[in-house]
Amino acid sequence: MPSIISINGLSKTYASGFQALKTINLDIKRGEIFALLGPNGAGKTTLIGIICGIVNASTGTVQVDGHDIIDDYRAARSLIGLVPQELTTDAFETVWDTVSFSRGLFGKPKNPAYIEKILKELSLWDKKDNKILTLSGGMKRRVLIAKALSHEPQVLFLDEPTAGVDVELRKDMWQVVRNLRDAGVTIILTTHYIEEAEDMADRIGVISKGEIILVENKVELMRKLGKKQLTLHLQKPLDAVPAELAAHKLELADNGNELVFTYDTSAERTGVTALLSDLARLEIRFRDLQTTQSSLEDIFIGLVHNSAGAAA
Amino acid sequence: MNQAINTHAIIAIYKFEMARTLRTVWQSIVSPVISTSLYFVVFGAAIGSRITEIEGIPYGAFIVPGLIMLMLLTQSTMNASFGIYFPRFTGTIYELLSAPVSSFEIACGFVGAAATKSIILGLIILATSWLFVPMQIAHPFWMLGFLVLTAITFSLFGFIIGIWADGFEQLQIIPLLIITPLTFLGGTFYSTHVLPPFWQTVTLFNPVVYLISGFRWAFFEVSDVSPWVSLAMTLLFMVMCVVTIWWIFKSGYRLKK
Ligand SMILES: Nc1ncnc2c1ncn2[C@@H]1O[C@H](COP(=O)(O)OP(=O)(O)OP(=O)(O)O)[C@@H](O)[C@H]1O
Ligand SMILES: [Mg+2]
Repeated sequence: MPSIISINGLSKTYASGFQALKTINLDIKRGEIFALLGPNGAGKTTLIGIICGIVNASTGTVQVDGHDIIDDYRAARSLIGLVPQELTTDAFETVWDTVSFSRGLFGKPKNPAYIEKILKELSLWDKKDNKILTLSGGMKRRVLIAKALSHEPQVLFLDEPTAGVDVELRKDMWQVVRNLRDAGVTIILTTHYIEEAEDMADRIGVISKGEIILVENKVELMRKLGKKQLTLHLQKPLDAVPAELAAHKLELADNGNELVFTYDTSAERTGVTALLSDLARLEIRFRDLQTTQSSLEDIFIGLVHNSAGAAA
Repeated sequence: MNQAINTHAIIAIYKFEMARTLRTVWQSIVSPVISTSLYFVVFGAAIGSRITEIEGIPYGAFIVPGLIMLMLLTQSTMNASFGIYFPRFTGTIYELLSAPVSSFEIACGFVGAAATKSIILGLIILATSWLFVPMQIAHPFWMLGFLVLTAITFSLFGFIIGIWADGFEQLQIIPLLIITPLTFLGGTFYSTHVLPPFWQTVTLFNPVVYLISGFRWAFFEVSDVSPWVSLAMTLLFMVMCVVTIWWIFKSGYRLKK
């Protein structure tokens, strides 16, 4: 798949002298949902700001669908919709006016039917004549999304779209995002709710201290780094792992009441069958068993910790 | 989409700004009209009873073009500077920066709206002054021309101030500390010919002198300098503002991080 955004040698040093982005090289594929994860201050908003024209890059180039963001900014920007992290809205305009304004600003002729459709999808239709200042925080967030969608962008940036949005609305919001993806829109999102990235993303990039430390297909990532654990709740507690079972990666837990087996899901043989037959041979019986898989969150914390350790 | 000019954007910004004006129509229109009327009462009636005429023009009529200019300059500067400062202050500027619009289009929208408002205001003040001193306008087209050019030029100037300002105080300070004094010293209430020769030379460095002189000429055919010089100076100042704005957007000065 050809990339819709290609970032080459991008860096950013703020006027204060702080280097927020080191050298960033990144390609976003057409039609994917790309989740950019990273701790506070990692440089996510800075990166998005440069691509969208809000922050000047110090070095490097960005192309959006082949258009340079500086030399050919008109073509590049008209493809992009941005939902900023901060809740920055007008106050005295109505929802309808502010969304229509955005469409005009991006050079599109009026299309009331389309705006009606977006407002309905985002459950804002009954608020269309309300002044923005009378809306709640979560509604303002949706107004920002409606503004970003008003000009039918090909690429949508969502900088923490679900911050301060309740569970139900969050679901609705992700449904809107899925519909957009189905319609061919490329989506780049940041979130601190890692389970959202796990749910939504096709690919995941991890940024830490201004560097992209990993970009990986989500499924691949989960498989590569995902460890699975099998926990056996024993009928009788053990004092130690029997010597006969030393070949398996086993640990005792819960005062010897649980036997925990860690294995790699991507391995050719997981060793579960061998373990179970060894247990049967030694007549170690168990009441119950359960498997758990490390979540993206565990993976993420592991990664950021390692890179912090390496940097220190 | 490969249009040369994003007209939809210009219209969107213009309408947005005009809507803002309409919401505050009371402050926007009524207060300048009241203060102009006060100037008439104080200067026209009080001083006019002593100085009956200047260069053959009744004093009350003589000050009308100067008063309109005073309002035009302060209001254009204030409107345009507030118009662009406010999105910077609230953060909604992000949308302008991320949109496929050129500096020219953004300036057109904001400056166009600010100038429109000033022109309407100027005409209202003109109508108000008619209630005090009926007068004839010798060259109505020149008069309108100067009105429009000045409104646009000082809206451009205000736009620059709005980008430069780092707080509401700085936003207020330029009209207060620069525009108003220059207007007062620029022959609003007198002809610069009444000044000693040295001060007459000094006033030639005051751009407002050219505006008021040209505008007054359009009314009464009396002026401190030739109307063509006035026109040229206005256009020169306008070009300087346009170039500054072009540079601001190109460099991202005070707009981009
Ligand atoms: N205008 C600025 N001037 C100087 N430093 C800045 C500026 N804006 C951001 N920074 C710094 O750059 C770094 C990256 O900031 P950025 O907002 O991109 O982080 P982020 O990954 O979006 O974080 P968060 O998850 O908190 O939103 C931070 O250390 C921040 O303090
Ligand atoms: Mg951020």
